[in-house]
Amino acid sequence: MKVTIDGIQIEVPKGTTILQAARMIGPEVAPPAMCYYSSLKTSGGYCRTCIVKVTQGSSANPSPIPKPVASCRTEVMDGMVVENNINAELLEARKGVVEFLLINHPLDCPVCDQAGECKLQDLGYGHGSAATRFEFKRREYEAIDIGDKIKLHMNRCILCYRCVKVAEQITDNRVHGVISRGDSSEISTYIENIIDNDFSGNVIDVCPVGALTDKTFRFKQRVWFTKPVDAHRNCDKCSGKTRVWLKGEEVVRVTARKDQWDEVEEFICNSCRYDYKKTSDWVIEGPSPIHRNSVISQNHYQHLNELKLQALKQQNALGFMPLDKKP
Amino acid sequence: MGKKLLIHNDKVPGINTLEVYRIHGGYSSVEKALKTMTPDQVTDEVKKSGLRGRGGAGFPTGLKWSFLAKPEGVERYLVCNADESEPGTFKDRYLMEKIPHALIEGMITSSFALGAKTSYIYIRGEYFYVARILEIALAEAYAAGWLGKNILGTNFSHDCFIQVGAGAYICGEETALLESLEGKRGNPRIKPPFPAVAGLWGCPTVVNNVETIAAVCPIINMGGEEYAKIGIGKSTGTKLISASGHINKPGVYEIELGLPVEEFIYSEHYCSGIRNGKKLKAVVAGGSSVPILPTELILKTAKGEPRLMSYESLSDGGFQTGTMLGSGGFIVMDEDTSIVKNLFTFTRFYHHESCGQCSPCREGTGWMEKILQKFLNGTAIESDVELLWDIQSKIEGKTICPLGEAAAWPVAAAIRHFKQEFLDIAKNKKFIDISHYNRLNKIVA
Repeated sequence: MKVTIDGIQIEVPKGTTILQAARMIGPEVAPPAMCYYSSLKTSGGYCRTCIVKVTQGSSANPSPIPKPVASCRTEVMDGMVVENNINAELLEARKGVVEFLLINHPLDCPVCDQAGECKLQDLGYGHGSAATRFEFKRREYEAIDIGDKIKLHMNRCILCYRCVKVAEQITDNRVHGVISRGDSSEISTYIENIIDNDFSGNVIDVCPVGALTDKTFRFKQRVWFTKPVDAHRNCDKCSGKTRVWLKGEEVVRVTARKDQWDEVEEFICNSCRYDYKKTSDWVIEGPSPIHRNSVISQNHYQHLNELKLQALKQQNALGFMPLDKKP
Repeated sequence: MGKKLLIHNDKVPGINTLEVYRIHGGYSSVEKALKTMTPDQVTDEVKKSGLRGRGGAGFPTGLKWSFLAKPEGVERYLVCNADESEPGTFKDRYLMEKIPHALIEGMITSSFALGAKTSYIYIRGEYFYVARILEIALAEAYAAGWLGKNILGTNFSHDCFIQVGAGAYICGEETALLESLEGKRGNPRIKPPFPAVAGLWGCPTVVNNVETIAAVCPIINMGGEEYAKIGIGKSTGTKLISASGHINKPGVYEIELGLPVEEFIYSEHYCSGIRNGKKLKAVVAGGSSVPILPTELILKTAKGEPRLMSYESLSDGGFQTGTMLGSGGFIVMDEDTSIVKNLFTFTRFYHHESCGQCSPCREGTGWMEKILQKFLNGTAIESDVELLWDIQSKIEGKTICPLGEAAAWPVAAAIRHFKQEFLDIAKNKKFIDISHYNRLNKIVA
């Protein structure tokens, strides 16, 4: 099946969604996704940030789809033409969605553990506006413990349903879900049931914001002061392939490995995540690939000096003078 | 007075019992269909009749039925949407309350056409007493052999069940209804797949409104072509209209589609004019979610033709100057009505009923309500009107189900036609008394 996204044509197998096709082309045309998760079935369709405009339904039926569609849940048709970043109207609509996601978000990034690896920060930076038009009191909840290892800050939740899908599909049985309706919806455990399950920790990894955080890591370190390395150990429950976050020689936390779309490659068990916090527990493979634009890779550039030189050259060409050289 | 096909017997004493209903020609469509017709012939008659969905969207019923996937060995279901929760609409309640057998008769005939062995009536929680009436009627029908195994000695067996919802507006959306019927949280599903392919428990399902199903009986009795002669153009047949608001005679009226709006409001056979001799200000023609229209546009279209009660005429001019027939919730407002206050009521409702699945509707409806609250408090500023317009445009068309649109359209229409009223309030900092809402709020909380 041939599909054209932002003027770039690609051949994909039947059953591929628009989002997957766009990701095959590359990050420059891939729409942002907050609730879709490639390894979780039936995820996606809720956050509406991945909406795209279909200007030609298929070669058999060339009429456009009148409303923007959620690219994560719409399968491509042969000859489909999709507009994402080149459609100004659509970008405006997406800006609206980002605004909706942010109006009740506390914006407490300075005290949030997710800061630095938060998808909502990235989304707001890439697609939002600089100021808010919301002038009312934001929604507030108390932070609660769900289980002895996980903290839930409902204030920060964007209701992406990823953690619900993890519990449904990865763990043995789901004891948490969404209660209430509309903008009072909240993630909650069923009558104070705690999440007690070998794979429950994965809900932390899939959470795009700081709603679900690791209590063994909370307030220990900002992520950009830690250094992620890929490591493994022999585990009888999971693959044992993890990402270990180091501060000096100390293991400050363990997470699952994530791909270039920030989605978990292989889910890991709770013992790997919480119980092995010594460097000697792990066989370290090497530094984890982190995108250059991420705050986590600051000070970790391999060619830092080259980059500095490049920046200097650009500045010289533009006629800038470095601050310390100014008379 | 036009022809009546659905509620012509509503004043007959005891019409809610099978005995009286049968004397007045009840269940004749079941007899005719099962004994003399094939399922495809029934579907053809409905197609010929031009019957369109009476729940709000107005999709041709025969076409919907023909989309039903019919794989071998897989159950098919008919589900009746009796979750009538659009504010201003109460026609289905009237029909079910007065003539419950009309719905059951329609269910049997329609199920025969679709080849459904099982059907469900999903009725909203607030209509608990109506569900009781239906259950009694259902028991009567079972006892008389209209339901159960081998109806009328034919091969056709059918079971019908009544399921009471828990009172959520969103469960009137067909996929949310199916989720709720399956015993899950009533969240709309992401389409495709459509219910005609994978509906209830993954099986092909048709979801129809109460009035649509009841209208199948007269269609089979009189023949599709004969039914198509009633009405105007593509709006065939009769329609139940729930008239409410500042009129002399509110209530449920059965009209022939194509009746002029002016006649409907002022004729003594229908609403009998505006109460207390006031002037007409605006009309919401099809349930709270359709755009509101001021007097000059509801009585005449933008081209100057008289506006008729039909799918086409009401939507003439698009949303710029037109509206929709919708579910037939006809809300009339007199000259003293505050459009802003009315809009607040509507928006408050949609905020309360949003399911919370997708972000534009979950967050946007609450935001709009808060801004409208400012207008009522007298603290709004002029730029709030623009903000409101921008928010509604960012909700519309971006959501999973039509609730987003239902919440956005009234806001858009109120600003489009009554912008000056918003600006006046913002300028004069006028306070609108909403103390009764605050009391309501306390009850809800």
